[in-house]
Amino acid sequence: MRTVGPVIRRRNEEAGGALIGYLPVGFPTLDASVEAAVSLVENGVDVLELGLPYSDPVMDGPVIQAATQQALANGFRLADGFEAVRRITDRTDAPVLIMTYWNPVVQYGVDRFADDLAAAGGAGLITPDLIPDEAADWMAASERTGLDRVFLAAPTSTDARIRQAVDASRGFVYAVSTMGITGARSDVDVAARTLVARLADAGAPASCVGLGISTAAQVAEVLEYADGAIVGSALVKALADGGVAAAGELAAELARGTRPE
Amino acid sequence: MALRAQTGPYFGDFGGRFVPESLVAALDELGEAYDLAKLDPDFGAELAELGRSYTGRPSIITEVPRFARHAGDARIILKREDLNHTGSHKINNVLGQALLTRRIGKSRVIAETGAGQHGVATATAAALFGLDCTIYMGEVDTERQALNVARMRLLGAEVVAVTAGSRTLKDAINEAMRDWVTNVATTNYIFGTVAGPHPFPEMVRDFQKVIGEEARQQVIDLTGGLPTAVTACVGGGSNAIGIFHAFLDDTEVGLYGFEAGGEGVDTERHAATITKGRPGVLHGARSYLLQDEDGQTIESHSISAGLDYPGVGPEHSWLAAIGRAEYRPVTDAAAMEALRLLTRTEGIIPAIESAHALAGTIELGRELGSDATILVSLSGRGDKDMDTAAKYFELYDEENPK
Ligand SMILES: Cc1ncc(COP(=O)(O)O)c(C=O)c1O
Repeated sequence: MRTVGPVIRRRNEEAGGALIGYLPVGFPTLDASVEAAVSLVENGVDVLELGLPYSDPVMDGPVIQAATQQALANGFRLADGFEAVRRITDRTDAPVLIMTYWNPVVQYGVDRFADDLAAAGGAGLITPDLIPDEAADWMAASERTGLDRVFLAAPTSTDARIRQAVDASRGFVYAVSTMGITGARSDVDVAARTLVARLADAGAPASCVGLGISTAAQVAEVLEYADGAIVGSALVKALADGGVAAAGELAAELARGTRPE
Repeated sequence: MALRAQTGPYFGDFGGRFVPESLVAALDELGEAYDLAKLDPDFGAELAELGRSYTGRPSIITEVPRFARHAGDARIILKREDLNHTGSHKINNVLGQALLTRRIGKSRVIAETGAGQHGVATATAAALFGLDCTIYMGEVDTERQALNVARMRLLGAEVVAVTAGSRTLKDAINEAMRDWVTNVATTNYIFGTVAGPHPFPEMVRDFQKVIGEEARQQVIDLTGGLPTAVTACVGGGSNAIGIFHAFLDDTEVGLYGFEAGGEGVDTERHAATITKGRPGVLHGARSYLLQDEDGQTIESHSISAGLDYPGVGPEHSWLAAIGRAEYRPVTDAAAMEALRLLTRTEGIIPAIESAHALAGTIELGRELGSDATILVSLSGRGDKDMDTAAKYFELYDEENPK
């Protein structure tokens, strides 16, 4: 199984760390989202995070909301997510995580979802509205299938909750850089640095920072202390404005931030 | 265990906290502050005094015999939450949460609103307590409840029209949650109904249960016994749980929640969540939900903005699952007829939300017959709905259409 841990470790040995790129499935079309994801990997993205469009995306800012709403209007179905994973993993070596709100997984069936994701070649799940406290079904399904499970940690999380996120996660812990939702920001909060240090103290094998990262300089800055940098809205905006080519160009630019000067 | 003793986070299989980790600290802080406040006699006394001297509690009950003739001649008694300051039951909850906001030292409150009643109540409490206030409201609702938008702005609140998704209550909740995640250090979210993540379903219920506690004694004083049935409309379910709660362990009392049946539950345009939905996760809780096969939320429809919500509070899902309460749909047309009937027979103009409870009660009265006594939650008054009603019943002069 293609999981994310080894890739993140390798990129920390040979470079500053891993670059993780987010795109929603089905935006602007299913085919174009697959092409864009492949292009990200060809241009230096190490791990893909594919978002499943959802009707009520409470963690997403305007750019990702607009993209996923369009994908839903175009008729996105959950099965498209597995197809996208299959097509992307056929063409690249990058591990592919699915980022999904929890209700679609519940309705599909947690076990069935895990089986179909593993069969498609997926690496695991990032679950923005599932905290470990509510995740018994998913813990069992991911143990059974070997899928990664990425939980979030926030600057406001208590030490006990940080430890819980570290213990529950496999692959990496998603460190929320700042209080807020997705969307490019001009400066990534200092809170991220403290949070990553707290995660390390709690024994996290890997922490990746997301929310607000949009430039190569920010990627480089984050990789000074974290194992990976996650870029979402900036890539989606490039894809929306300039198509697959623009998304690939931005990925190449961001990847420069992973290489120490 | 007594049904009334049930607390969150879980009501049977329903409830929980399905939220981003960024909100957990805020929910914990609120829950802990609430748990302390519950035990603090000063908090209870302060809230009761606000109820008495600001809201106008206890609200009266009114027996409505001319209306009851259309309801099988059952004895019909209205619990008059419409007479509360700001015009609905929503103020009961808001004053409690505003007091808590002060206790946890936050200076800004946010809220979602559908009909605008919860937004008006929150803006009112913000004015009373000197808090900054932002209200999120779907664009469809800012149009059909324009009067309440003006009221909120006059009270000093910022009203944000939400243009995402279906542009109704569910999208206003999404936007309020995004605001909260971003501004949680300074901001408290005053949630308007018994849905959402723990501790909201339990806490909002506790602030609303005064409705049923008062009404239970008032009905006993008037009639010498318990009512045969208690009825309420159900959006998220706060006025319904508020009036049901005192009766949960009175097993001889039937409890009936009336959901918005829109254009009919056999069409796609309704908001009858328990009647037509199935369990799922939305807005932080596991509960009944209108959703498609993939778990995407289906847009709800109701002539009533306050009932136009595809989810429902987890305690109602539990009461439905264990058979303690029954939930039935009421169409737009039946609700509007009941609104006109109460107005013409009793001189009381109800909110369109509350008119769903009245329409359901007419049917129920015919089923139960003239020996029955039915206590109805009249959750709000119809002033905010005059434009909708005037258009529906063609009451504007044709020369001056609005
Ligand atoms: C008068 C009135 N009744 C009922 C409701 C529905 O809410 P709930 O089901 O939480 O009582 C509203 C909501 O805005 C309302 O304004």
